Amino acid sequence: MEIQINPTRMELNRLKGRLTMAQRGHKLLKDKRDELMRKFLELIRENKDLRISVEEKLSRSFANFLLAQAVMSGETMEEAIMFPQARVELDVEEKNLMSVRVPQFIQQHQEDESGNVYPYGFANTSAELDTSIAALAEVLPQVIKLAEVEKAVSLLADEIDKTRRRVNALEHVLIPQLISTIKYISMKLDEAERSSLVRLMKIKDIVRGEEVG
Amino acid sequence: MSMYKMAVIGDKDSILGFKSLGVATYPVTGEEEVPRVLNRVTREKYAVVCITENAAQQVTAQLEELNQKMLPAVLLIPNNQGTLGLGMEQIRKNAEKAIGADILFGKEGSQL
Repeated sequence: MEIQINPTRMELNRLKGRLTMAQRGHKLLKDKRDELMRKFLELIRENKDLRISVEEKLSRSFANFLLAQAVMSGETMEEAIMFPQARVELDVEEKNLMSVRVPQFIQQHQEDESGNVYPYGFANTSAELDTSIAALAEVLPQVIKLAEVEKAVSLLADEIDKTRRRVNALEHVLIPQLISTIKYISMKLDEAERSSLVRLMKIKDIVRGEEVG
Repeated sequence: MSMYKMAVIGDKDSILGFKSLGVATYPVTGEEEVPRVLNRVTREKYAVVCITENAAQQVTAQLEELNQKMLPAVLLIPNNQGTLGLGMEQIRKNAEKAIGADILFGKEGSQL
């Protein structure tokens, strides 16, 4: 497959320039892909482990919560947690991973001085609710961390996919195309050179023949 | 820099506990409600949005779109009935997309 082009020396030089450029780009992109992949592998393992632990802890907290719901009446329950003590606030910073912008979440602690996570008094509530909420408060930082890691993983996966497509397009389409076109032009040029050489020799023969005759 | 918040979407019984920690909760009751609630949540300043797997099933296309953006980070969490494995599925999909093979849960032989 060749690019349709006039077989001139100008074009040949231009194509040669494009070829070196494409090869350089290919190499850089390949390096980028490899580095992205390395980061990705690191993160995805962390992602998996973290998710397993978070899911397990959440489930446990939910189980306690169900118990609490069974022991307490719905109204007392709602009343108890209606006005939360703390507010979860997050600071978001951007981190640059190989020019992929990933968010980093920093939790701002706004609990009161006692470090109390329960928004209610202990009088009307059951112990199951306490355990459930304590467990939930414990996983929360992990949940936030998981959100961060999972986001990074999915953004990286997108970027790797894109980079790989580019690398493949360069490697399997553009570069072979350029090489074959360059070959085609240089063959054309050689051919033209040979034909002009032959023509000169022929003319010389004719001229010499006339001189003798 | 202004602060971002955190939100949870899901059935009321599952997410009520989060409320006590100061996470904004958006209970949904019916399936049709989920897309609307998610829309409202994404328009506000939330950095982390947790959504139960049950609710997430109603809005897969929307979540796919959100995954491409930097914020908010959407996190699938199990509900009080236990996990559906969708969160893990997401990780597996990401691995497959990036590497071309499933290295985490598949056969170890295909490891790159």
